[in-house]
Amino acid sequence: MSLKIIVTVKQVPDTHNVTGDAMKPDGTVNRAALPAIFNPEDLNALEEAISLKNRVGGTVTAITMGPPNAANVLKECLYRGADDCVLISDRKFAGADTLATSYALKCAVEKIGKFDVIFSGRQAIDGDTAQVGPQLAEKLGINQLSNVKQVLDVNKKSITVKRSTEYGHEKIKSNFPVLITVTSEANEPRTPSAKRVMAYKNIQTESSSGGYSESYLTVTDGGTIAAIKEWNVEFINADPIQCGLSGSPTKVKNVQNVVLTTQNMKEISSSVEGITALMNELMDEHIIG
Amino acid sequence: MSTKNVMVFLEQHKKKIANVSIELICEANRLAATLGGEVEAILIGNGIKEEMSIPAHYGCKKIFYAEDKRLSHFTSIPYAKIIADIIREQKPQIVLFGATTMGRDVAPRVASELKCGLTADCTELKIGDHTIKDKEFKNILLQIRPAFGGNIIATIVSPESFPSMATVRPGVMKLEEANTKLKAQIVPFTHKLKDSDFMTEILEVIDEAKAVNLQAAQIIVSAGMGASDTSALALVKDLAKTLGGEVGSSRPVVDSGVLIKDHQVGQTGVTVRPNLYIACGISGQIQHRAGMAESKRIIAINKDPEAPIFSIAHYGIVGDVNDVIPKMIKAFKAKA
Ligand SMILES: Cc1cc2nc3c(=O)[nH]c(=O)nc-3n(C[C@H](O)[C@H](O)[C@H](O)COP(=O)(O)OP(=O)(O)OC[C@H]3O[C@@H](n4cnc5c(N)ncnc54)[C@H](O)[C@@H]3O)c2cc1C
Repeated sequence: MSLKIIVTVKQVPDTHNVTGDAMKPDGTVNRAALPAIFNPEDLNALEEAISLKNRVGGTVTAITMGPPNAANVLKECLYRGADDCVLISDRKFAGADTLATSYALKCAVEKIGKFDVIFSGRQAIDGDTAQVGPQLAEKLGINQLSNVKQVLDVNKKSITVKRSTEYGHEKIKSNFPVLITVTSEANEPRTPSAKRVMAYKNIQTESSSGGYSESYLTVTDGGTIAAIKEWNVEFINADPIQCGLSGSPTKVKNVQNVVLTTQNMKEISSSVEGITALMNELMDEHIIG
Repeated sequence: MSTKNVMVFLEQHKKKIANVSIELICEANRLAATLGGEVEAILIGNGIKEEMSIPAHYGCKKIFYAEDKRLSHFTSIPYAKIIADIIREQKPQIVLFGATTMGRDVAPRVASELKCGLTADCTELKIGDHTIKDKEFKNILLQIRPAFGGNIIATIVSPESFPSMATVRPGVMKLEEANTKLKAQIVPFTHKLKDSDFMTEILEVIDEAKAVNLQAAQIIVSAGMGASDTSALALVKDLAKTLGGEVGSSRPVVDSGVLIKDHQVGQTGVTVRPNLYIACGISGQIQHRAGMAESKRIIAINKDPEAPIFSIAHYGIVGDVNDVIPKMIKAFKAKA
């Protein structure tokens, strides 16, 4: 069996470690002050892709949309076992919301061609929306299995997974092609392989404007690639109107710093008397007791 | 053009409508009142007619009901197609989904099909105006949500999108009183699904009982990192038990393995609004406050008088949890 696997990844600002100087005086976030990292759940998606490939054979192609330095996350994918990778980058993609992002990814996936399964992280930590995966699946007209915490079985035609929900979990199965969004529970992502770091640490991106044959798009398992492909709007045959800001129905009206709504707090002494009076007050008001 | 109606997707699991859907009906009522529209809903499933009185009692006027054996359990494509078709036919101005695994699976798919705006995990919804250059949009949905890991609050609009769609987490919107006299019109919806739309095969649906149901609790005593060692945690549990409440926690207490995830309150945990929330050794970072700030009464116990938790507390006790909690238990037992 040989599966053609695609994984979508994103470079994000490290919102989990926002320090003082990352906040501007007006309360907005200074993206530049935040280190750019590999979106955590996309690492879980990559891990799932690579372990599936190792289990049944096939190829893994990583794609990301972002500015030129987003190629760094693609390098990380190569270090961990991806066979090929594509950066879709163009000024025209700037300001994209989830709809415009999924449209651009769809065009890139169609350019890659036939595939069996796409793995995406459940959500990215800069927006926490969890929307791009399902929207990409809809745009490609394929099925989706979201919030997946375990891949159970796979055969030539289909994949069976465990999906967690508020109520518990479900075991569900879908034929290929399918898009799967992966949660952090799914696995412990591997670290880069030293050999692959050596092979790829100096890899460059090569822009699509040069125009190369379609054979360039096909990778074979085990081979090494010469460059990270960089594709622009024209190369993936995307309609510029549906990309970036103009393709985004949602707009940010404003952002605000988080203001504390200061209450009229009653200060209670930690003495026996203070606490006894508080507990009595709450009991009299029938809040407790 | 759209109507001024607000539509809610009613999530059902094993024929029971989710609480979050009812919370959304209440919020939809508030929005529809401002717009001068009505509250409608979509329900997809099989053999669940009896349940429909519940959304009706909270003010839902019309329920579009798609019934089919194959729809008894959620799957992405069939549900998304039905919802999109109903929206195209009925043209609501606003559509709301619970930000649950089901809502977060289906809503983006619907938004993609309709090419409309969707804002995830809103904590507040309002009706207001927005201007782009010299174009003015009146009475549109303002979608307010934390962004950047909760470090900022963003207001999102989708002025040129019909409808505007949003997901809202369970427990965020206030539940109003039910009025059992209210009724809703049930409109059967005949879907146009093909066999090939049913791409997901459900092999097993396993319900797992939650270790603790914080959303139903009237009293929550929560442990933060300042109350996470064995003896302090025992005191927190004892206080919760004494008051007849449940034990909640901040995220690092869960991350460090002291309590399981079901206990976590906050942006990435559950949102609660109990009658009484006692924060023990919790600093009160925004991500924690996001899950409990709407509690009716908040008591904060913290060694640090500058802890941000005090800014939202109704009662503040500057002190050590190991000293304060035993005094609370004693005072309560003496009177109760
Ligand atoms: C994207 C994102 C999502 C997050 N989601 C959540 C979430 O859902 N829920 C959540 O809670 N957090 C969440 N966090 C983490 C959050 O930012 C804080 O780190 C966390 O809430 C802090 O927990 P804490 O107050 O228990 O610990 P700390 O911040 O370490 O505070 C401990 C407090 O205890 C006090 N203290 C210490 N000893 C004592 C004592 N003996 N007696 C009394 N007081 C004492 C200290 O003064 C201090 O104020 C999230 C963070 C990010 C970036």
